[in-house]
Amino acid sequence: MRLKVGSVIFKKTATAESSNGGNAARLQSFRTNGLGLKSQNAQVAATGGWPIFVQRYVPWALLFVGLVMIPLSYYTGLIAIGTVNMLGRYMAFAIVAVGLDLIWGYTGILSLCQSFFFALGGYAMGMYLAHHGGPEGIIDANNWKIPACLYVVYPYKVGEAPGDALVPWFWKPFYTLPVTALLGLLIPGLAALVIGYVGFRSRVRGVYFAILTQAITVAGWLVFCMNNMKLCGTNGLTRFDRIAGFKLANPSVKVSLYILTLLSLVGVYALCRYIVKSRLGRVLIAIRDDETTLRFSGYKPYIYKLFAFVLAGMIAGLGGMLYAPQMGIFTPANMEASASILVVVWVAVGGRGALSGAILGALAVNLLYNFFTSEKDFLLFVWKAEFWQFILGGLFIGVVLLLPGGLIDLWRRLVRAAR
Amino acid sequence: MDQNQRIAAYKEYSPRASRLSEEKFLLFLEDITAVFDGFKALDIQALGIEHNELRVIIGPNGAGKTTLCDVVSGKTRPTTGYVFFDGTDITQQTEEEIALRGIGRKFQTPTVFDSLTTYENMELALPDHYHLWPNLFGHTTKAQREHILEILERVGLVDALDLEAKYLSHGQRQWLAISTLILSNPKLLLVDEPAAGLTDAETALTAELLLELKGDHTLIVIEHDMDFVRQLNSFVTVLNEGVIMAEGSMQEVQQNEEVIEAYLGR
Repeated sequence: MRLKVGSVIFKKTATAESSNGGNAARLQSFRTNGLGLKSQNAQVAATGGWPIFVQRYVPWALLFVGLVMIPLSYYTGLIAIGTVNMLGRYMAFAIVAVGLDLIWGYTGILSLCQSFFFALGGYAMGMYLAHHGGPEGIIDANNWKIPACLYVVYPYKVGEAPGDALVPWFWKPFYTLPVTALLGLLIPGLAALVIGYVGFRSRVRGVYFAILTQAITVAGWLVFCMNNMKLCGTNGLTRFDRIAGFKLANPSVKVSLYILTLLSLVGVYALCRYIVKSRLGRVLIAIRDDETTLRFSGYKPYIYKLFAFVLAGMIAGLGGMLYAPQMGIFTPANMEASASILVVVWVAVGGRGALSGAILGALAVNLLYNFFTSEKDFLLFVWKAEFWQFILGGLFIGVVLLLPGGLIDLWRRLVRAAR
Repeated sequence: MDQNQRIAAYKEYSPRASRLSEEKFLLFLEDITAVFDGFKALDIQALGIEHNELRVIIGPNGAGKTTLCDVVSGKTRPTTGYVFFDGTDITQQTEEEIALRGIGRKFQTPTVFDSLTTYENMELALPDHYHLWPNLFGHTTKAQREHILEILERVGLVDALDLEAKYLSHGQRQWLAISTLILSNPKLLLVDEPAAGLTDAETALTAELLLELKGDHTLIVIEHDMDFVRQLNSFVTVLNEGVIMAEGSMQEVQQNEEVIEAYLGR
């Protein structure tokens, strides 16, 4: 697109005749193809060159690496199963980041409760896993096995449970996987619907909406930390054992979960990409630019904002559901205030307003985290895990100051320079 | 015609009293006041805009011209009074509802969406595309695309078709704002200072365009560029300190002592 823009300006300075001729041809191509993908493809074909080739096929190459090379290198012994598992978790984070990019990067609404939605999905899946967790334990009066992590609130020995120590009613729907998967999407979606409806209807905007969502995250965190909520308090959901009958400790199951997460990430990316390329995506951008004007054109911005917010919430829930079995534990720490801000950092570092940037940012920041939080013994000093905070802070400030478009923008600039 | 006669003539058609009103007037304002912090920005006893009329509203700075637009388009709620549009009381309706009823507005400073291209800005203004699902799954038809191009060609923005609006010059933004308004095809166009910041040639083209629309649209044009108003050669309402001071053709208004005084100062 950029190249075209440049050429337009150029044409104006060129002779009148060639200018008219060029415009006529361009108009003709527009009339037949529109400004959609077709004309872009035609443009790519016309300009050619290896950088364009690189730009177009790098995502596919990365997908190939993720889908084929990484499982293959595990099975040939090049990387440990822990690495595959770790990548799987980071991809679950990337899913959340794509959701935030839809609501923040495109619609301009800074939401600080994506980690809350993530945790709602994670808890849904965690409860399913705890139902089927080990070790064999107490059976309550209604013949339900009390999940092992609930022993915190039910401090009885096996076989000694009194009649009033029952599995809480809200644990029961999460016994089967399909229902859990459905609820893991619907509950965050419903929470987003309520928060969004209240916020957007009363025209809470900008930093006020960010504060509102942050407060909700903190409130949620406090509630989930309470022991008498029967959600295992600060210990979180633990003792996971099986998913759909397969042992979670089995490396093949871990690889399968990794691939499932990667495919979900691709699916979420494709869905969001379709949305931002549709006319609805342009309405979202218009909301970001100037919501008031849009209202005078007859649009109801709050409906569009609600749509994006609920979708982003459900996407975060999906990320949480995929994260829980790969992490093996799900605690309220996943919805701390700092966790919700981390999501923003991923998107900002990767490139706000570009879906691929969100993925890149989530993966890059987490891989750096993984690298810098291990202790390293240098000759003169020891690198400590706590130092990571400085790296993260420096990275965030550096990107905001030097690269407002994020890492993805750096990459695009490199490709353009090579052209 | 003096003030009281004028008001009495309008009041005959008050939609609350008369069934005839709807047939004669598209827009009718009655007893409108808008008070901000004790300051009376607008005090209109009666004002009617007829179907397919081009009405120019002039007045010195701070006369309440833009406030009048705000009241009609729903941006500001009047303190008292009623706004009737097409036979309905729209006083308490929201901006979206009023826009959907067919009142389109161009703001004083041209408001376009900076991150969208000229073409995308136009696409958003297509009529009857306000709902979520059609926007998600729908596509712009060939006829609509042709129509967009037709308008852009008319105002000379075809060159900037795929240029993001933030790169447009002030004049081009002004044109784009007017083009989106034309495309959305409202029953009533509120055009707030369409000639602000335009060159003479551009101003002339704006006037030409508005006159073209006059036949099958109702327009309210707010302006204080007298040359431009003369080019429009239409019925003029003069606002001063929130009150309608005079109405009539441009010649009549220009000879009105009060108007001269208000414009030239005491």
